[in-house]
Amino acid sequence: MAGGEAKSAPGASLQAVHSAEEILLAFAAAVRAAGVKVTADRSRSFVDAVSLLSIENRTDVFWAGRATLCAAPEELESYRRTFEAWFSPSHSANTTQGPVATTVRAAALDDDGGRDGTESSEALRAVASRRELLRHRDVATLDPAERALLNHMFAELPVTLPSRQGRRRRLDRHGRIDRARTLRDQLRRGGEPGPLRRARAPRKPRRIVWLIDVSGSMAPYADSLLRLAHRVVVAAPAQVEVFTLGTRLTRVTAALRLPDPDDALALAGRTVPDWSGGTRLGEVLRAFNDRWGQRAAMRNAVVVVASDGWERGDPALLGRQVERLHHVARRIIWANPHRGKDGYQPVQQGIKAILPHVDSFVGGHSLTSFKELLVVMGNA
Amino acid sequence: MGGGLPRRTLPTGWPYAGAMTTTPVGSAAELSAMLASTGYLADEGLSTVGYLALAMERPLLLEGEPGTGKTAMAEALAEAFSLPLIRLQCYEGIEASQALYDWDFTAQILHLRSVEAGGGDLTAAELENSLYDERFLLARPVLKALQQSPAVLLIDEIDRADDEFEAFLLEVLSTYQVSIPEFGTVKASTPPLVVLTSNRTRDLHDALKRRCLYHWIDHPGLAREVEIVRTRLPQVPALLAEQVVRAVQQIRSSENIMKPPGVAETLDWARALHLLGSPDLDLASAAASIGALCKYREDTERVSAALARMLG
Repeated sequence: MAGGEAKSAPGASLQAVHSAEEILLAFAAAVRAAGVKVTADRSRSFVDAVSLLSIENRTDVFWAGRATLCAAPEELESYRRTFEAWFSPSHSANTTQGPVATTVRAAALDDDGGRDGTESSEALRAVASRRELLRHRDVATLDPAERALLNHMFAELPVTLPSRQGRRRRLDRHGRIDRARTLRDQLRRGGEPGPLRRARAPRKPRRIVWLIDVSGSMAPYADSLLRLAHRVVVAAPAQVEVFTLGTRLTRVTAALRLPDPDDALALAGRTVPDWSGGTRLGEVLRAFNDRWGQRAAMRNAVVVVASDGWERGDPALLGRQVERLHHVARRIIWANPHRGKDGYQPVQQGIKAILPHVDSFVGGHSLTSFKELLVVMGNA
Repeated sequence: MGGGLPRRTLPTGWPYAGAMTTTPVGSAAELSAMLASTGYLADEGLSTVGYLALAMERPLLLEGEPGTGKTAMAEALAEAFSLPLIRLQCYEGIEASQALYDWDFTAQILHLRSVEAGGGDLTAAELENSLYDERFLLARPVLKALQQSPAVLLIDEIDRADDEFEAFLLEVLSTYQVSIPEFGTVKASTPPLVVLTSNRTRDLHDALKRRCLYHWIDHPGLAREVEIVRTRLPQVPALLAEQVVRAVQQIRSSENIMKPPGVAETLDWARALHLLGSPDLDLASAAASIGALCKYREDTERVSAALARMLG
C-alpha cells in the first residue's frame, strides 16, 4: 500500500527543535491545507493515536494519521502526498505546498471578473427588453457585460424537483387502513377496539446527478452550466450531486453548496484540476459508473449530462458507459449546447453512440433552453 | 431476534469479562498474528488501525469495494478474542425499534389478562410496573451488544440506512449507553468493540465519521491474495490457487469490467474449481464455474474471452 514502507523516523531529527505534539499538530494543519477536512477533535485523536504507537516509526504515524484525519477515499491521496512531503528526509517549508499547487485556477471563470468595471456597470442598468433578448442568446456569443447580466438572471429560473414514491408509510388521515398499527393500538389498550389508523407512504425526493463537461470544446458553456447546477443545488442541497467531466472526474457538490453563485463557482474552479483540457468522456464516465453508478447511490436517480459528446477516444466505449448508466438511472437527460441551434444534426460519432441510451436529448445554450432543461428534470 | 427473556446475565466466571477494559493486545503486530490465527490476513494498515480502535475504544469504520473483507474483519475479531459477534444489518427504513429494543406487546397483553383472570389484588401502579419488566423487553442487536459486552458489534452496510438512523447511532457510539424511558438506562460495563462497514453508496454524516477511526480497504496484491486463498481454502492445491489469483488480478485490472471481482469471489471461484476436480486452471472448468466469479452477463462474456486468451 502506498506510503506504507518505513523509511526514516519522522520525529527523530526534528524533536530537538519542536515537541512531538507540535510536529503532529502542524502536520494535521498541513493536511487540512491540502484539502482534507481536518477538525480540531480529529487532530486530537491523531495525537492520541500516535501516542499509543510510536512517533519514531514513520509507518505508525502514517497509519494513525490516515485513520484519524481522513474520512473518505478521495482524501487518501492528498493525505499521502502531504505525508510524503512533510515527513520526507529532505524536509523544507515549501515542500508542503506541493499538493496545493497542483490545482489550476479556471480560465473560464475569469470571464465575469470585470463585472465591477465601469463598462459593465452600464450594462447592469439595461432595460427589460434587453434582458428578454438575452434569454434567447447563445451564451457562448455573449460579451463580458452581457454575461454578467445573464449571471444575475439565473436566480429567477424556477426549479421543480423530481420525486419518487416512498416506502415507509406514515400516519395520514386520508391514507389506506393500516392494519398492523390499528391492531397494535388495540393491544396497547388491552384489546379494546378503537379508531382505525390510516397510513400512506409520502413521496420522497429523488436524487439528481449533474455531470458537466468542462473540457476545451465546452469551455464557453461550462461556466453557465455550473451556474445552472448551482441553482439546482441551492434549491435542494441534500438531493443533488454535481460532478465535472474532463480528463478526470471531479466532485464539486460541496463547492456548489455555497449560497453565493460567484463564491461557489470560484471554489469549484479551485477544486477542478482539468478546466478546458481534453476530453476522455468514455473513460471518465466509466470512472463515474465504477465509483458511483454501480452501487445504490445513483440508482433511480435523474442524471443530467451536459456535454457536446465530443469524444476523442473510442465512441463505442462512450456508448457502452452511457448504456450502463442508463441501466441504473431513472432517466438520462443529455443537454447538448449545439442541439438548440438551427440546423443541428446529431452526426458526430460520440452523439450517435449515446443517443440510443438517452431518454431526453435537449439543448443547453441559452437561458430559455436552461429553463426547459429544468422542466424536463423536474418531470423525470 | 431475542425471545421473551432476552437479557442474559453473564455467567459467573465469564472468562472474558473485563478483558476489554485494558487492551487485550499490546501492539498492531500482535493483533495481526491473532487475526491470522483465525484465517484472516490483515495488512499492516488494517492491523494498526484495528489496534488503535481497541486501544482508544473507538468504533472502526471500514469502507472499501464489495468483497474486500470488511465484514470478515469483524467476524475475525470476534473469533480472535472469543467474543460473541452481534450483527446489525442495515437497510433503508430501519428504525430504532429494530436496532435497539422493542416491547413485546402480545406478552404484555397476556400478562394483563392473566392478572385480571387471577383476580390479583395489585394496585394500578404495581400493575403498570410489572408491565415494563425486563422479560417483556425485546433486545435488538445494539441493546444486546451493550448487555452482553464485551462483544463485537458489527453494524453492516450503514450506508443503506437513513440519515435519521445515523443520528440515533451517534448517541450509542459515543456513550455506549441506551436510555429506555419506562425502564432506565442500560450502560455497557465495558464498551463493545464496534465495527461499522460501508460500501459508500452515500456519504456518511461527518459527526458519525468523527467518532470513528477510518480505514479504506483496498483489493490485496498478488502475493497476499494467494496467501488468503491458501489460508482460507487449505484443500486447494498451491498451483491452482496461484493460477486463480493471477487470473482474477488480471481481470480486476482490466478496463471494461462492470463489477470487479472481490476476494470473496476469488475464494468462491477457487472452491468451485476445486470441487469440479481440476488440478489446475483449464478453459473447460473455468468456463463451467465462471458464475462464481462474474455476476453480470456482460462481464461473463468479456471474462470468458479474456480467459480464452490467457489460457489459450
